Amino acid sequence: MSTDTEGRSRLVTDAGYIAGAMLLLYVVFLILGTLQGYPVAGIISSLQRVTFLVAVYGLAVLALNLHWGYAGLFNIGVAGFMAVGVYTSVMLTAPVGASPPGLGLPLPVGILGGMLAAALVGLIAGLPALRLRSDYLAIMTVAVSEIIRFTYNSNTFSQFTGGASGFDSIPPGPIRQLLLQDASSIISEPTPLGAAIFQFMEFSGIGWISLGRPDTINILSTLLIVVVLVLVYAFLVRAVNSPYGRVLKSIREDEVAAQSLGKNTSRFKLKTFMLGCALMGLAGIMWFGAIGQSSVYPNAFRPEITFYIFIALIIGGAGSNTGSVLGGALFAGLLFEAPPRVATILTDALGVTNAPDTIIGALGPIASGQLTPMLGFLLDNMSQLRFIFVGVLLIYLIQRRPEGLLGHRSEIAAATDLSVRPSQSKGGETDE
Amino acid sequence: MGASATTARGRELLARLGVAVTLGGAVLLLIDLLAQLARVDLWIIGGELAFSQLMNYLWTGLTLGLIIGLAGVGLSLTYSILNFANFAHGDYLTLGAFSGWSVAYVIAGLGTIDLASLILVDAPSSNVGASVTNTPVAVVVGLVVAIVVTVALGLALDRAVYKPMRNSEGISLLIASIGVAFILRYLAALIFGTGRRGITAPSEIPSMTVLGVQVNAHQLTILVVALVAMMAIHLLLQRTKIGKAMRAMADNRDLARITGIPTERMITATWVLGSGLAGASGYMLVLARGTLGFNDGYLLLLLIFAAVILGGIGSVYGAIVGGLLIGITSRVALVWVPGEFGRPVAFGLMILFLLFRPSGLFGGVETA
Repeated sequence: MSTDTEGRSRLVTDAGYIAGAMLLLYVVFLILGTLQGYPVAGIISSLQRVTFLVAVYGLAVLALNLHWGYAGLFNIGVAGFMAVGVYTSVMLTAPVGASPPGLGLPLPVGILGGMLAAALVGLIAGLPALRLRSDYLAIMTVAVSEIIRFTYNSNTFSQFTGGASGFDSIPPGPIRQLLLQDASSIISEPTPLGAAIFQFMEFSGIGWISLGRPDTINILSTLLIVVVLVLVYAFLVRAVNSPYGRVLKSIREDEVAAQSLGKNTSRFKLKTFMLGCALMGLAGIMWFGAIGQSSVYPNAFRPEITFYIFIALIIGGAGSNTGSVLGGALFAGLLFEAPPRVATILTDALGVTNAPDTIIGALGPIASGQLTPMLGFLLDNMSQLRFIFVGVLLIYLIQRRPEGLLGHRSEIAAATDLSVRPSQSKGGETDE
Repeated sequence: MGASATTARGRELLARLGVAVTLGGAVLLLIDLLAQLARVDLWIIGGELAFSQLMNYLWTGLTLGLIIGLAGVGLSLTYSILNFANFAHGDYLTLGAFSGWSVAYVIAGLGTIDLASLILVDAPSSNVGASVTNTPVAVVVGLVVAIVVTVALGLALDRAVYKPMRNSEGISLLIASIGVAFILRYLAALIFGTGRRGITAPSEIPSMTVLGVQVNAHQLTILVVALVAMMAIHLLLQRTKIGKAMRAMADNRDLARITGIPTERMITATWVLGSGLAGASGYMLVLARGTLGFNDGYLLLLLIFAAVILGGIGSVYGAIVGGLLIGITSRVALVWVPGEFGRPVAFGLMILFLLFRPSGLFGGVETA
């Protein structure tokens, strides 16, 4: 009974963490939008974009957390499994006549097929690889993900994959199909439901909020992804607290001990690897597929994106599902999305005009005591600077706080909490 | 008990089967290669392949392999002595290339071209006219600077990042090295820009035809520098006390420590050797390709890993042989697969080794 209330209170704290992080992000982007003088619709659409990034990062980080945080499998081929998921799903759902052609199947089949394909690739890669040392597994998974990317990128298969320019014929997402009679055209006649929703969102009675159709569709699509994230989160929380999850944690802590208790650890690892790969496939589908960005091209799946997801997991704390979502939110919002906009605002506010193009042009004026050119140069190059900062942060975290924000919380592996012992157990000998 | 014995036996069988299939495939490819050269066409084997084309693949593969091999020596040593896979090693190459060519440009173009664009390696390559025959002093000084700067970088990074983590496990160090990779790569992008640029002047590089292969002066330079460097590494490892100590460390760290080998000093020596070679191979990568971008070293990293794993982690000679194998494989593979699959084939070879012979070709023989 005590564990029950404890579980509930932890659930409340976790919800609090995530709500707090989202509130923080929304306030930050509200302020950024206001400072940039965005119209209300523009601010709302920037909040939608942040929410979208948080949700898709959350999905990917949760999947990686299952591998690394719970099973101790150091997989750095996340990008490859996401690519397999989304490519398979668009190949299944694209219209038959399009180029590259698809099979014209409905989206749910595409999503399931994409996840299955990612799991299958996970099986093929994992079957031999999971017995390797963890650093070998790391190198092998990143190689697998690069082979996948090169294959999708190749000219040889471009009639199926679209080659380097990517997959063009992605069918419109479910929200469009729900709201528009001709889903491929944004200006087509809305369905009755669509008419009602569009009218509601375009309602300018209050005088200041009026969202057009694209914004409305984006917001609803993002909400759909958030729902998927909540479902995956709930599923994973349940899974890792089940007997299956307890075996996983025992493998992570001490594989030999788990084996000697009669658990077939390699089968558990393989199953977990496949499950995680399927979820990475799902993350890829939500991120780049019809519901998300609707753009699928090979170079979106460079190893960098794997590292971003990894850094998000380390920020949040490996081994914690809530930490995964939290880390994804903080990385996507504060480290990825915010810096370029802060730079724009600062450039305007400081009145930095014609900043030098090169670092030498910026260093010269420092000698004569002028710091503005350097500042202007750095602000112009914020997209590089933020990755330097990400690198520094990663090193700092791994040196000083390897457990991340929430990874320090011990999750109870046993069915009952063994650390809380009933007081009558005084049988043990004291060591004096 | 019985079940686990069965799975163990099954696994062994599977491994043997894998080796057999791999060898069988290799033999088949060899027969096919000969058939193609002889212009024989038998069902799936055979076809037409010009001898000069094959020689061309071998030659370009050899130059790439030498570069990968030299870079691999450093990666292999840090992998075995510090016990982690350094994901920043590729970016050491990039920094070496940029710093070296920056100085080479300044020497080659000083007085005629604006200094800032020379320092930033941004001047038009045909104006600078950098090549080993046209501006020999600049190219040689650039190579030395590339080595010196990368050594300094390697030592500074060891002190700042890896030294406080000496007792951490490999995965933590690996993650830290990913952070280092980000810093180095985007520092290069910040200073030198993200555009790919031509560095050497193609019109200034003399070339001749040997056995139907175009051999240019820069490829010969790579060959000479790499052979000299390999000879020097060989002598260092076999004749000097520090080299022997390094081999002992790579072979068995604890045993080496018991015999009184100073760990920290050996680690410093490892970084000096490894970073220096990385800087040199980054610099020479530009000689081979003629262009440089801020991602270049990082894009080569997996091939370097492949070389190190093929040769066996910790083996210096293995890294060189592995580099040659990977370089040549990635080019000769083009006999059978389209150009864009040269790299995936090399990765595939590495995966096969990881699965069936993780100790590599020279594993067990070690560095002796």
